[in-house]
Amino acid sequence: MNRLLPFFGFMLLVVLFGFGIWWNTQHDQNAIPSPLLNKPAPAFNLPKLYEPAQTVSKADLLGQPYLLNVFASWCIECGAEHPVLEAEGPGLGVQLVGYNYKDAPADAKRWLAEHGNPYNLLIADEPGNTAIDFGVYGAPESFLIDAKGVIRYKHIGPLTPDVVAKELKPAIAAMQKEVP
Amino acid sequence: MRPGLLRVIFMALLWFGGVVHAQAIEPMPFANHAQELRFQHLTQQLRCPMCQNETLADSNAPIARDLRNQIFQMMQQGRSDDEIKQYLVARYSNFVLYDPPLTSGTWLLWFGPLLILLGGAGAVLVVIRKRNRGAAVAPEASTDHAPTDHGDDW
Repeated sequence: MNRLLPFFGFMLLVVLFGFGIWWNTQHDQNAIPSPLLNKPAPAFNLPKLYEPAQTVSKADLLGQPYLLNVFASWCIECGAEHPVLEAEGPGLGVQLVGYNYKDAPADAKRWLAEHGNPYNLLIADEPGNTAIDFGVYGAPESFLIDAKGVIRYKHIGPLTPDVVAKELKPAIAAMQKEVP
Repeated sequence: MRPGLLRVIFMALLWFGGVVHAQAIEPMPFANHAQELRFQHLTQQLRCPMCQNETLADSNAPIARDLRNQIFQMMQQGRSDDEIKQYLVARYSNFVLYDPPLTSGTWLLWFGPLLILLGGAGAVLVVIRKRNRGAAVAPEASTDHAPTDHGDDW
């Protein structure tokens, strides 16, 4: 028994390291869990991308759930996410609000003309100040905000069909069940 | 001709290097030197959420630049370091702090080393007890050594 002790110790370490490897493949290493989750979304008042004279505030969007998708023309992964938004957006059952982040409006419009526009509404945050209130640190990021203005779900990085099916849609379903 | 050309290239490289460096961290209009030191001290304690192994002071990421500007403006408004930290933690979680606070999620981080030390001490105790019992049974063990050990013989 005593002679086997080092072997058991070794096996314990193997299991520990194996668990570590498995655990690290299960979630995104760089995603920071947002402290804003299940809290009211920060107040904002931002101009529309296509009509900069008009602004949209958080209060304007209350009453209907929406998916706030932070994107920019300079963001490479946003290009990878875009086809997913175009394909899945209409079937989500919530409004799709595009949040153009730290982008020149002309660049954003050109980018949308080229890739297509899946958004129901587009707002622009060129200086990026409001995005700090949302805890945005890189595009793309997506926030699911319910009719009362509470952030119900956040995804950092591009939405993939897998993420939409396994995380976003269940989150929308849970939200809709709650508010008939 | 050739050394002259090399010299021009060398000077150009030096100059570009200087330009790139100047763009990395832009100078800020601090009210005084003390404020500048305070700013540097504070941004070195904060982690950039984008490039996660850099401090806000070192990082060249756009978000780090925005956060530095935000911190600078909050300092001009007379906010304290704690207030600025709370502002960032409320948005980016405790992740931005290099010195994690003691919470239910971090107690293992704080006390883990102590637990491992206690576990090791327990293992050492068990081994010593076993050895002493063995020594008591062994025929060559002298009778001077009591079988009960007080832990002072090593």
